[in-house]
Amino acid sequence: MLAPILHVLPLTTIVRERLLPVLGKVNARVNQRVNPTDIVAEANFAREHVLLDVARTFGVSAITADKMIRVKEGDRLTEGALVAEKSGLFRRSIKAPRAGRVMVAGSGQVLMEVGDTRVELRAGLPGMVTQVIAERGVVIRTSGALVQGVWGNGRIDNGLMVSLLEKPDDVLTADRLDVSLRGSVILGGHVRDAETLRVAAELPIRGLVISSLLSALIIPAYQMRYPILVLDGFGALPMNSAAFKLLTTSNKREATVNAEHFDRYSGNRPEVIIPLPVSTEPEEPNGYEAFAVGQTVRMRRPPNAGMIGSISNVHTGLSSLPSGLRARAADVRLENGENVLVPLVNLEVVG
Amino acid sequence: MPASLVQNESILAIDIGATVTRAVMFDVVEGQYRFIASGQAPSTAEAPFRDIGIGVREAILNLQNIIGTTLLGSQDNNLIAPSQPDGSGVDAVVATLSAGPTVKTVVVGLLSDVSVQSARRLAESTYSRVVETLDLSDHRRPDQQMDSIVRSRPDLVVLAGGTDGGASRSIQRMLEAVGLACYLMPLEKRPMVLYAGNQKLANDVQEMLGGHAGKLQISYNIRPSLEVEDLAPASHELASLVMKLRQRQIKGIDELTLWSAGIVLPTAYARGRMIRFLSKLYESTRGLLSVNVGASATSVAAGFAGELTLGVYPQFGLGENLAGILQYTEVEDIMRWLQLDISPNTLREYLFQKSLYPSAIPATLDEQAITQAIARQALYLSVRTAQKDFPANAHATRTGLMPPLDLIIGGGGAVSDGTSLGQSLLLLLDGIQPVGILPVLLDQNNLLPLLGAASSRNHYLPIQVIESGAFIGLGTVVSVIASANYGDQVLRARLTYADGTEARAEVKFGGLEILPLPTGESARLSLQPLRRADAGLGPGKNGSVTVTGGALGVVIDARGRPLQLPSDPVRRRELIKKWHYTVGG
Repeated sequence: MLAPILHVLPLTTIVRERLLPVLGKVNARVNQRVNPTDIVAEANFAREHVLLDVARTFGVSAITADKMIRVKEGDRLTEGALVAEKSGLFRRSIKAPRAGRVMVAGSGQVLMEVGDTRVELRAGLPGMVTQVIAERGVVIRTSGALVQGVWGNGRIDNGLMVSLLEKPDDVLTADRLDVSLRGSVILGGHVRDAETLRVAAELPIRGLVISSLLSALIIPAYQMRYPILVLDGFGALPMNSAAFKLLTTSNKREATVNAEHFDRYSGNRPEVIIPLPVSTEPEEPNGYEAFAVGQTVRMRRPPNAGMIGSISNVHTGLSSLPSGLRARAADVRLENGENVLVPLVNLEVVG
Repeated sequence: MPASLVQNESILAIDIGATVTRAVMFDVVEGQYRFIASGQAPSTAEAPFRDIGIGVREAILNLQNIIGTTLLGSQDNNLIAPSQPDGSGVDAVVATLSAGPTVKTVVVGLLSDVSVQSARRLAESTYSRVVETLDLSDHRRPDQQMDSIVRSRPDLVVLAGGTDGGASRSIQRMLEAVGLACYLMPLEKRPMVLYAGNQKLANDVQEMLGGHAGKLQISYNIRPSLEVEDLAPASHELASLVMKLRQRQIKGIDELTLWSAGIVLPTAYARGRMIRFLSKLYESTRGLLSVNVGASATSVAAGFAGELTLGVYPQFGLGENLAGILQYTEVEDIMRWLQLDISPNTLREYLFQKSLYPSAIPATLDEQAITQAIARQALYLSVRTAQKDFPANAHATRTGLMPPLDLIIGGGGAVSDGTSLGQSLLLLLDGIQPVGILPVLLDQNNLLPLLGAASSRNHYLPIQVIESGAFIGLGTVVSVIASANYGDQVLRARLTYADGTEARAEVKFGGLEILPLPTGESARLSLQPLRRADAGLGPGKNGSVTVTGGALGVVIDARGRPLQLPSDPVRRRELIKKWHYTVGG
């Protein structure tokens, strides 16, 4: 049976697509080195549209209305600019209600996009641009440590990572946060109150990487303007030992926290990237492999959720579980020496 | 001559669920189609695999190991079809699919209580979530409506409205908003559009939307007149559109379409097709109900005199949407089904954590109990939601109760993965709370939708497979409705077996009683209600009926309808434990 892989890697090659949500202009070029804060692509997009029904307003047919329209597709209009006019004894006109751009003009109507919003896409990680995706973005390649998580609040930033974590089941509270942490990425444990998130925002910080979060804090976490990345899940869960060892030994290193949403279909998931210099580029990690003896695995579900162990035997056929269900399973030796039987679907390979 | 005798072909049926992929073999044994075996594997629609073909091949390999027939070529790993003289391969393939993200749907109609309701019901017959609704009572400007559609980033737009030959101007305004919204969206993200409104406008729709929609399908009007609603033709078109959407979203469907000569259907649609067919075939006087509690959705298909009500509720699925159930119910409503003493917060965190790992299964008894409690509430909510759309002739004897049914078929991971068949039955009884006397079947291998898909190739196959006993008979259930206090006697029951021996039960209110009756046997059940209780024959009415056996036998459920659970948590947990013990732990 095939096993999904959770990447907790001290050194690997990381290739990431960075794409605009709408079509725009790509500023970077292939083989260009970029820093996390570099704007690699940008776009203007309209949040709103205005439909001006010339035919209906003037009470004429669409064909007649088209002759009265004074703008064409692509025109940029200021507020009050003339859009259409009806000549004759009673001269009438239609003016742009807001500044914007004409998207379509015809069939007796004019569609304008208004309320321009500028989107700037930052590289997010340092590395080399290996591909430009026309009007959408770039592919960036870098080397470094990679730690994947399970939940993110949709934001991305980078900064110096400072560990406030002494043991995997630490709780991060507001009183641990002081002004010396301003502008840094904080590595913490479990967060159980909104006050901690709020105080971190006030400093402000550049990112928060934690083991677990109370589900009641999901909405406040979305409201924070800095990235929040949860490594192990919801409830009071300690940090898995693989991530704990790697991240706590990377204290005071530059880290990119990409707290994007876990998209099951695209495979995009929240992650921490710690860029590292290399002389020889390491291999790219696999996305999946077959379960096998000797693999390091992480338990996804109780009773040992989040714990790391090593597969000592993959059972053939179905095994009876303590729950009464029967499923394909493996014997796993946990780090505390205990041996447990775990269904394969409750495991992910760490690597 | 029966088609089965002419065609005589083996059929490989593949079901790709959100978490599990099944490969099922149907073949002819002694002149009749039979379910031969099922192989399964984890589904691979999601990352890191992102190709359903991987899971499909693994499931076929597992099936191959069970039946000892080579189905995949050793060199190219491709399906061997048709079957070869050496016995390898298979003659035909059909498939169903429920994997995939929830289909974000915009519903557009004229009157909020007429065409919009019909369009909503149509949308709910597939794996959709309605994200925006437009109708005549919507006073936003057309450009605001258009922006609202664009912001909701729909995968699908269902347009209805206007009786045939009736109103057209208002619909045209709606079409304009939808057309412009489609135009504003990136080409690869433009929604599929299904038009099922006034047929007079079909050409206008084609002209206005044909060039802008991801794919436009024009169907018969779902509301040809104010009094008539006909969803059947449009639901067929909708199924086809959803598969086209899935082809865009999920890798591997093209190959499956090739293998199956195009017979890949949405799972819930195929299940609904079978229920409608069975409802007609068996001339069910009351109704047939099929429920499936799965990872992608909980679905309910009810057939009343050949008329189908199909409700697919991704919001009550036990997979990635699991935590979303809290938008529809309180944690306490789930806790009422639990025999464990845990805090509401523990359960809340459980829901969120489990939704991160939809394919994971309960490894401990406690976790199994929590999963089953959530499944009960998901089923309860789904059945109540679907019941609102049952036809008018399917009326309950009392408000808040289910209408009488002839048969229940339960399935889905949470139901069939009970630790015992008794647990599966109890989950169905708690979630559905049926009334009257009826048999309950368990579709342990999720065959119903596959039979629905197979019926596209062979009309005799589904009937022959069902009649060969492919479903597990859990038993005949007698539900007792009574106004009594806990512990009051409400029914005397006597079961007279074929050999003349008898089993008796004095049934008390609040209890479950079981009279053994093995699978395949029939017996005469005499019922004598007390305190004007209704045991399915009418309030206070005595009588006797012939009942069929099952794994549990005859189960008399005197826990009341609607089921009343004690408010005291300690007493409630004790009672739940007792009921679990009664059905076999």
